[in-house]
Amino acid sequence: MSRKSSLFVLGLSLALPALAAGVAMDDQSQLTPKPTAAPAGFQPPRESELPDNAFGKLVREGHAIFVDTQTYAAEYVGNGLNCTNCHLEQGRKADSAPLWAAYPMYPAYRKKNDKVNSYTERMQGCFQFSMNGKAPPTDSKVLSALTAYSYWLSTGAPIGKELPGRAYPTIPQPKGGYDIAKGKLVYAQNCAICHGENGEGQKAGAHYVFPPLWGKDSFNWGAGMHRINTAAAFIKQNMPLGKGGTLSDDDAWHVAAYMNSHERPQDPRLVDGSIDKTRERYHANDGVNLYGVKVNGVLLGQGTD
Amino acid sequence: MNTLSAVFRRAAPFGLLAALAAGAASAADGEKIFTQGGSNPAATACASCHGPQAHGLGAAGFPALAGTSSVYLAKQLHDFRSGSRANAVMQPIAAALSEAEIAAVAATLAAMPGPTVKPTSRADAVAGPGAELALRGAWDRNIPECVACHGPGGEGVGTTFPPLAGQSPEYLAAQLNAWRAGTRNNDPHALMGHIARSMTEDEVKAVSAYFASLGQWGAPQ
Ligand code: HEC
Ligand code: HEC
Ligand code: HEC
Ligand code: HEC
Repeated sequence: MSRKSSLFVLGLSLALPALAAGVAMDDQSQLTPKPTAAPAGFQPPRESELPDNAFGKLVREGHAIFVDTQTYAAEYVGNGLNCTNCHLEQGRKADSAPLWAAYPMYPAYRKKNDKVNSYTERMQGCFQFSMNGKAPPTDSKVLSALTAYSYWLSTGAPIGKELPGRAYPTIPQPKGGYDIAKGKLVYAQNCAICHGENGEGQKAGAHYVFPPLWGKDSFNWGAGMHRINTAAAFIKQNMPLGKGGTLSDDDAWHVAAYMNSHERPQDPRLVDGSIDKTRERYHANDGVNLYGVKVNGVLLGQGTD
Repeated sequence: MNTLSAVFRRAAPFGLLAALAAGAASAADGEKIFTQGGSNPAATACASCHGPQAHGLGAAGFPALAGTSSVYLAKQLHDFRSGSRANAVMQPIAAALSEAEIAAVAATLAAMPGPTVKPTSRADAVAGPGAELALRGAWDRNIPECVACHGPGGEGVGTTFPPLAGQSPEYLAAQLNAWRAGTRNNDPHALMGHIARSMTEDEVKAVSAYFASLGQWGAPQ
């Protein structure tokens, strides 16, 4: 099925680039993104349609946690991010891993932890890795509110049927492989104005407005976004903010590689304190990534502490 | 207020080092330009339009400048000069300022106290199309949440994203309409123009009223 074919395409393009040589393409995201959603794709309900009852209240709480995680689920967050930083338009935007396309697809097997994951467990993953925090307990208010929000957004969506617009649509790797030096230029020209010259993000008051792309306040080495292929797909569709789709596929890959060639918080699954062992167990077969790889003579994967 | 020129005034008597440090600015005194105008008489005193505290004069469409990033302000003055931002009133004034005067007056304005901004969260409930655009965006038209760039409550972010809170609804609407009419074409990376051009007239009014309502200027000192 389509998972196989997308791996096949990635695998083919991967045979060429020098930099990525030897990286096996067994992408652990388990997702099979379809190309951009048609304009008349799935429409989640409008906020004004939310019922004014206990359910509506829980949905609103979930929305609040999703867009302002720093305030409403602070105890489970270990970096400067909010869920909506990577799932744009409050988790509604097609091709930005929208919640309405995710919710009806669980429970699902995930190779990342080699078991069938409930929707709750999937969200716990984003807390541990993307948010560099800790998983809220399964019966916590935070997870039930986020679940209610996702359930409501997917009102009318078919169960177990993958909708167009899910995840971040895969884009082909550049013919000559990705190029970190080119990515640095793309970054300076298109991204630094918001995310800062050194990917440090920009704050207003205590919280980030422009989220950090690397360093101690960003997602950790275990997050899906650390894969260059996943980041390239996200960036292509969603960045620069409000101008998604304007970068070429190649530039999206180059800049994703540049972003992910910087240090970030350690993978919390670190095996025996060894970057090598952790690479072998968790990163060798996880898409295209630079964990445990030397770039310009520096070993990546050391973490930020 | 005006800590910068206050520092210069105090530091100047302390000899050579202080005089050197103030050197660039001493050629152009920001506070003097603000209250009395630049060396070229066409550079009229800023305070006469922008107000004695640079809080702006809403109904006339004169924006507040106090507390705004000096980099942003200097950029606007350069943009008026180059014509990428067209305005019959400001263009001749900006053209009459020297580089040193632009730097000095921008620093003076940035050091003046800005408005108090009502704290908002992207989680807040929205009532009406203004708050809706500000906190939810209109992504079917590629309009992100305004606060995703202009910061919570539109307080402004860094040196590139100006504050919206503290401005009058008249001024904010005039700027959105300037992008729509093509007379303002100075947004870096074309980040802002497409947003204004995708808005309806009602949305321009509503979102301008929304951000104007979030800023409070303290009592004049
Ligand atoms: C740093 C970016 C980032 C942040 C922050 C983030 N996520 Fe994710 N999320 C991802 C990526 C990447 C994926 C996987 C997409 C893929 O593999 O193609 C994902 C996947 C998901 C999925 C499954 C999507 C699907 O279609 O199966 C859910 C649900 C989810 N995230 C919820 C959350 C929640 C809740 C939060 C906040 C607690 C959050 N995410 C924060 C990047 C992020
Ligand atoms: C106009 C400002 C702006 C520009 C330019 C911009 N971004 Fe972003 N970016 C944002 C904002 C704001 C978010 C969070 C979105 C939200 O919360 O709605 C974000 C989110 C992200 C994220 C996910 C969150 C994280 O911290 O990992 C990545 C990755 C990213 N941007 C990469 C890029 C890259 C690469 C470029 C250049 C090609 C770029 N951005 C250009 C504003 C910008
Ligand atoms: C005769 C009235 C008048 C005087 C005097 C004046 N301004 Fe202005 N200024 C305006 C108007 C009107 C605008 C709005 C222009 C527009 O709509 O684009 C403006 C806009 C500006 C802006 C852009 C603000 C923003 O938020 O983008 C700056 C900066 C500025 N003026 C600086 C100055 C300085 C510095 C001086 C003194 C040297 C000065 N002005 C003197 C009327 C005036
Ligand atoms: C992608 C980032 C981004 C988003 C989103 C954004 N803006 Fe802007 N906006 C900018 C930038 C950059 C400027 C400064 C342009 C310049 O340098 O002259 C600006 C300037 C403005 C100005 C002129 C301010 C002044 O002092 O002259 C107004 C008004 C404005 N924006 C309103 C809005 C509104 C309303 C929204 C939401 C509908 C919005 N912006 C969303 C980037 C953004």
